[in-house]
Amino acid sequence: MSDTHAQTVAFVRDTMLPEREPPILERGAVKWMRENLFNGIISTALTVLSVLVVAWGVAEIGPWLMRSIWDAESLSGCRQILDGASGACWAVIKDRWHQLMFGFYPPDLYWRPVLTLILLFVALGPILFPWVPRGMIRFSAIYPFLGYFLLWGGSVWFPVSVALGFVAGYAALVAFRSLGTLVSTIAAIIAPILWWLIAAGTLTAVLDSIVPLGLERVDSDEFGGFLISLVIGFTGIGLSLPMGILLALGRQSNMILIKSVCVTFIEFIRGVPLITLLFTAQLLLGYFLPPGTSFDLILRVVIMVTFFAAAYIAEVVRGGLAALPRGQYEAADALGLDYWRAQRLIIMPQALKISIPGIVNTFIGLFKDTTLVVFIGLLDPVGLSNAIRASSDWQGIYWELFIFIGAVFFIFCFGMSRYSMYLERRLQTDHR
Amino acid sequence: MAEVQLETGIDREIDRSNMQVSDEIAIQITRMNKWFGQFHVLRDIDMTVHNGERIVVCGPSGSGKSTLIRCINRLEEHQSGQIIVDGTELTSDLKNIDRVRSEVGMVFQHFNLFPHLTILENCTLAPIWVRKVPRREAEETAMHFLEKVKIPEQANKYPGQLSGGQQQRVAIARSLCMRPRIMLFDEPTSALDPEMIKEVLDTMIQLAEEGMTMLCVTHEMGFAQAVANRVIFMDQGQIVEQNEPREFFNNPQSDRTKLFLSQILGH
Repeated sequence: MSDTHAQTVAFVRDTMLPEREPPILERGAVKWMRENLFNGIISTALTVLSVLVVAWGVAEIGPWLMRSIWDAESLSGCRQILDGASGACWAVIKDRWHQLMFGFYPPDLYWRPVLTLILLFVALGPILFPWVPRGMIRFSAIYPFLGYFLLWGGSVWFPVSVALGFVAGYAALVAFRSLGTLVSTIAAIIAPILWWLIAAGTLTAVLDSIVPLGLERVDSDEFGGFLISLVIGFTGIGLSLPMGILLALGRQSNMILIKSVCVTFIEFIRGVPLITLLFTAQLLLGYFLPPGTSFDLILRVVIMVTFFAAAYIAEVVRGGLAALPRGQYEAADALGLDYWRAQRLIIMPQALKISIPGIVNTFIGLFKDTTLVVFIGLLDPVGLSNAIRASSDWQGIYWELFIFIGAVFFIFCFGMSRYSMYLERRLQTDHR
Repeated sequence: MAEVQLETGIDREIDRSNMQVSDEIAIQITRMNKWFGQFHVLRDIDMTVHNGERIVVCGPSGSGKSTLIRCINRLEEHQSGQIIVDGTELTSDLKNIDRVRSEVGMVFQHFNLFPHLTILENCTLAPIWVRKVPRREAEETAMHFLEKVKIPEQANKYPGQLSGGQQQRVAIARSLCMRPRIMLFDEPTSALDPEMIKEVLDTMIQLAEEGMTMLCVTHEMGFAQAVANRVIFMDQGQIVEQNEPREFFNNPQSDRTKLFLSQILGH
């Protein structure tokens, strides 16, 4: 008998045996491997196969990566250093990264896009994270105008007078509120349009002649690289969400005119390839617009990309709306909330929460689709990789450029995906 | 015939001192008709509800009783006839509808709490956005009514964390926070476990004791006998019979009512 049992009366144990370790096969790494890697014949075979595939991949790519060349003037320089062996020639990135980032943006003005990007994250803060002070949302509101001014430059009064159009819209909304929602909404749409068409240009000219403030003008054809991808991607994302929500609501409307306009728009845009819309933006819009108007190509592309994403988001949000029980609408109605308040406070927070995966999916798709603009002559990163290859120094280089471009896109898309997962967790309140 | 005694599940005396019916008219319905497509759901409904009345509406399923009370705050639209609630006629005029809805509270069978908001936010949302009450004041009111329905300690939880009975009591508190003059109950206990029915009925009785004008669609005949001053029996979209509860249960007039009562009372 062991010591533990010294005071124990037969059949009645009043001292506990010490815990013993589980058998070696049931604990730690061995158990984990048995359960996850070698759980039966098929499992074991697949594990071995996977290990072989990974090993083969590493054996092929590893040496290529290990022999990375960072300092060379050209591809032939790389080859000279490598001396017949295969290796990655990252020197092209080092040599041309400014082009991949900014296109042909004037190098002495690089601080402007960089500042715009930094401020973008500041402006996104209060929208994305609840712990950022709420007052910051004011900065987010003026950011689009600030961003435009920083990137394109020109007179400071132009973005200011464009921004005043939104103020005019809000003023009209308040002024006509007593005449009912419909009248005030229409007024709030017409007022800014009138402002932009009639007053904005004059105001800019007048203010500019009194106080000539501004930055050096940079034209759209000097934009390129990730600058173009980010401008189109983020503007498209920012505009397509509200537009998609409105389209989804319009599609559910009882008003037959609004409903049919929304359905036609959504079905038409979804039924046409994006590249067709981009060609339309490049070629056809020029014919439809009055002669003499120069309508910026990037702006046209942004509009088309926004329309395209908005149609998809409208359908995603409609799915979210359909998933809400009717009781939520009825409870909101029964409490006396009007349509817009019910939508804003009750319906949309829930419908959008359901739609987060689909919306983010659309955003990621939109961001990657910005590479399609290469076909209408805009020099996005993919377009620039062709341009870089066209130079005699880097003729014949493929992998390094595409890996770099892919990696940058991946960082942004993966970030969006992680954020959407964080958001879903944060909004989890149903405790099912 | 022995007097019908119904089980209320309520083990206390009901205080009737505030249960007075006034002469003022709260709801006036005249020759109201409603169709769902071809189906004639409500036929020539005439009904007057005075301030302070506690009315129980019962009848077999499909008889139109829920539709009737849902017409009163225009969750359903009637096609002919007239409904006047608290002096406002219900027409397609949205202003009138919103005014009526803010005066009339409603409690649903499935609670319909807002799952993305806390209990407190559920209760303060409408006062803040519809009544324009300052947040601080709305929260005080909300806590007052949550104490009344005996769940102030749950104020910062989400509806999904509460039991069915608790959720329904929150729903009642949420309606009361708008300080309504009339309360509508659409089968408030039908989705609850038996033991939770009592806590909800308790809350409703408490409300009746305070003199609230109430219209309840319910099959809780014990509740009807204890607090209602009138029971309305509906069948096939018509009001078949209405009477004060004692007479209604002991001396039903129509055969249809007798059949219904014999089924529901399970004798």
